[in-house]
Amino acid sequence: MTSDLLTDTAAGLAARMAAREVSAREVVDAHLDRIEATDGDGTSDTDVHAFLTVVADTARRHADDVDQRRVTGRDLGPLAGVPLALKDLFTMRGAPTTVGSRILEGWVPPYDATVTEKLRAADVIVLGKTNMDEFAMGSSTENSAYGPTRNPWDLGRVPGGSSGGSAAAVAALQAPLSLGTDTGGSIRQPAALCGLVGSKPTYGAVSRYGMVAFASSLDQAGPFARSVTDAALLQSVIQGHDPRDSTSIDPVRVGRDLPDLLADLDAGVEGLTIGVVTELQGEGYEPGVLAAFEDSLRRFEALGATVVEASIPHASYGLPAYYLVAPSEASSNLARFDGVRYGLRVDAPTAEEMNAATRGAGFGPEVRRRIMIGTHALSSGYYDAFYNQASRVRRLIANDFATAFEQVDVLVSPTSPSVAFPLGDKTDDPLAMYLNDVATVPASLAGVPAVSVPNGRGAEGLPTGLQVMGPLLGDDRCFRVARALEADLGLDPVPSGANAVAPA
Amino acid sequence: MVTTVKEGWELVVGLEVHVELVTTTKMWCGCLTHFGEEPNTNICPVCTGQPGSLPVVNGAAVRAAALIGLAINCSVNETSQFHRKNYFYPDLVKNYQISQYDVPICSEGHLELEVEGSPVTVGIERLHMEEDTGKSTHLGGSGRLHGADTSLIDYNRAGVPLMEVVSHPDIHDAETAQAYVRELQGIVETLGVSDARMDQGSMRVDANVSVRRPGEPLGIRTEIKNLNSVRSLGRAIAYEAQRQIEVLEDGGEIVMQTRHWDESTGRTETLRVKETVTDYRYFPDPDLVPVHCPADWVDEIRAELPELPAAARARLTDAGVDEAQAAALVGTSGMLAAFDEAVATGADPRTVANWLVGDVAGQLSTAEVDFADSGITGAHVGQLVALVDDGTLSNNLAKQVVEHLVADRGSRSPAVVAQEEGLQQVSDTDELQAIVDRVVADNPDTVATIRDGNTKAIGALVGQVMKETRGQADPRATNELLRAAITP
Ligand SMILES: [Zn+2]
Repeated sequence: MTSDLLTDTAAGLAARMAAREVSAREVVDAHLDRIEATDGDGTSDTDVHAFLTVVADTARRHADDVDQRRVTGRDLGPLAGVPLALKDLFTMRGAPTTVGSRILEGWVPPYDATVTEKLRAADVIVLGKTNMDEFAMGSSTENSAYGPTRNPWDLGRVPGGSSGGSAAAVAALQAPLSLGTDTGGSIRQPAALCGLVGSKPTYGAVSRYGMVAFASSLDQAGPFARSVTDAALLQSVIQGHDPRDSTSIDPVRVGRDLPDLLADLDAGVEGLTIGVVTELQGEGYEPGVLAAFEDSLRRFEALGATVVEASIPHASYGLPAYYLVAPSEASSNLARFDGVRYGLRVDAPTAEEMNAATRGAGFGPEVRRRIMIGTHALSSGYYDAFYNQASRVRRLIANDFATAFEQVDVLVSPTSPSVAFPLGDKTDDPLAMYLNDVATVPASLAGVPAVSVPNGRGAEGLPTGLQVMGPLLGDDRCFRVARALEADLGLDPVPSGANAVAPA
Repeated sequence: MVTTVKEGWELVVGLEVHVELVTTTKMWCGCLTHFGEEPNTNICPVCTGQPGSLPVVNGAAVRAAALIGLAINCSVNETSQFHRKNYFYPDLVKNYQISQYDVPICSEGHLELEVEGSPVTVGIERLHMEEDTGKSTHLGGSGRLHGADTSLIDYNRAGVPLMEVVSHPDIHDAETAQAYVRELQGIVETLGVSDARMDQGSMRVDANVSVRRPGEPLGIRTEIKNLNSVRSLGRAIAYEAQRQIEVLEDGGEIVMQTRHWDESTGRTETLRVKETVTDYRYFPDPDLVPVHCPADWVDEIRAELPELPAAARARLTDAGVDEAQAAALVGTSGMLAAFDEAVATGADPRTVANWLVGDVAGQLSTAEVDFADSGITGAHVGQLVALVDDGTLSNNLAKQVVEHLVADRGSRSPAVVAQEEGLQQVSDTDELQAIVDRVVADNPDTVATIRDGNTKAIGALVGQVMKETRGQADPRATNELLRAAITP
């Protein structure tokens, strides 16, 4: 019974709860037990360490409340009672939000993120807050100030990042759903490395209010799940206009509703034109990753899609542009962590010295590196060559996408150039780490939606992912294509292998 | 005559005027902007810069900024952008200030002023929107951040909408600078978008001052802060110009710096020397979409512009009011509306102006009450003038009525005051005749003197009648009746 609750999909659990075959409390307890059994505190090399905080009591109370309301016949949402792991970057009253950093250690936010509010309104039950690279800066979750998270497929490897905790929690069967954030690939890459579905919505489809900012013009919240349907269900819950976020898409102003992610989910790919991005394959991608990708393309053709070559001519400038724009915004966004109002304060005789001591002690090396890069890129005399030039490249890439979508319905590429790599492999080489984002960054810069879906097994039998990119507000199309591949492949999302997390 | 600097030198001044807007809520959040509440009561996650919080532009502030821009003859830009101005300071919640940089909401305008009777035009470079900071209180040490034992910060003011109006360096004497600030004050007050109180900090003026030999390029400037009144502004500019001239004439150099005006010593002192230009690393705020002010919206706002001070002054002088009184009527909060209301009752504009600017303003000033708080309305003044015109009140009695209006904050109309305080003029002939007859009978010696040709002695009898009537006798009627009684 218990293992069955853990491996079921969110949609499956919701249906069983609605039919009163199982209670929300039982579902929540099963997952809390699984966390207890597998997560640890990161000190042992068998600890998944997906969670930084578990809010067991709150989760149980919420589950009991859902069960009670169901008894009274109240109409509950499609994901009511389903447990979820929340990246520790969304504010939630009553629990600390650390963003994986020492500088916010002990901070309990005085308000809920819009996403947190929407989850509660939908009766999705938050189990806890998940580990992440500090301030979402990283691709392996090794930059967390609270120790790394391990990949449930191979506990010696990274889960990807920065939303590695959220990915690992779902892969380790600790939760059927989780939320992450994606700035340059922080949902898609860990989804690929953990054999999950992960979606980065169209920029502005999900409110950023209450998401601790890394790079405001790129940050976007999105779901992790073990099925495309589950991911689409969760994204449906969190998307929508928010008057508290001026960059959130207002359907009235754009004259267009946010997409219905479920209506055509199972419509298949027959008749669709799928563009293969020439610039996002080949050199630098592992043979196993490329083999899985080729196999997916053959499957799409067999399913009735037309597969064509497509080009994002400026894609190769995406990575350098991203690594100027994102740090520039971060250097300003992270200025508020100064020891004056919240979080860590290292006392010193003057305000300036207190600021410096606090920031020196509170920020890890990767965060400090990016603040310095960003500060430099915005400095007088360098602004044009760096920040401004990067912004121009960004506009060119957005134009490239718009042009490509005149010819094709979606674009595809491998999500990540490699499968999960061993812990410590790239920690001394920031540039090697940055290359993980090569395929995911272009869609981020263009603001277009992208979904990563498992598409096979690469080296060591580890999962690989395929990225489906759509036009602005074409999130529904990305899910539809991902769903067709998922159905055709029929992969088991439960980790297997010699070094995998213990079975349920 | 304006005050000139030493011969052979030219003064160049540019002004940066910050105006706190009186919107109900702050620039980016729903917190109230109330002044003077307990520290840290009007705050929320947004205006205290809590991680994850986001700003949303207050439409009322954008509207107010556009209104002011139009009133100072600027163009309103169809698209403008918020930028982040990055610098560290404890009262700056995000350690960047959201401001506007290369595309402000309004550009290129001017103010036409009258300085000592001559017309002067001062160019305006831009008007932009930004947010106010928190307010620090430093305990111990010198009372400044540096060396303080403890610093307390009140964030009630953080995020209050601010507007900055930047003039071109078109000002060449202190009086023009003062006139420019007064005109701006009058405009924002007329528009109802700010209190514009320099003493309370809702209007803050920084003066950039330099001197040069005529025809030479601009000299190195200093920026003067802490100007708490229009008067301090004038004094500070005059002092700083003289100081710079002395430094240069002694072969020294002006150092680019910020100087603090000390009202008590009447001097400017170095606050901080700008060794390098501060690099604020301005870049477009990615949290805020550009501000759109479409042309038809701007036209709508323009149509709603009320009569501005310059136009009001012209209208008053056309109606025969003298220039100084016109300036006072327009420059005193609430007085122009009272004037218009009084004139609408049929009163003569010049007479109304005389009462308002003369006795009413004079007695309010003695009582230290602002006209706007006085309770005295245009209807009161119109009635006062009518009561004088129909002989119910003499000028002297009318002045006593004004005293009562001031004392009880206009809670009774002049007619009621006159009646209840027994201030009506006695012009009832029967009553007055009886008093006159009695006075003539009681003063035979004086009557004899008058009859002997010393007509001036009649004044003593008029005085007696006035005494008997407690000043309420109509002087003209009294004179006539006395002459009739004395003439044999
Ligand atoms: Zn607020």
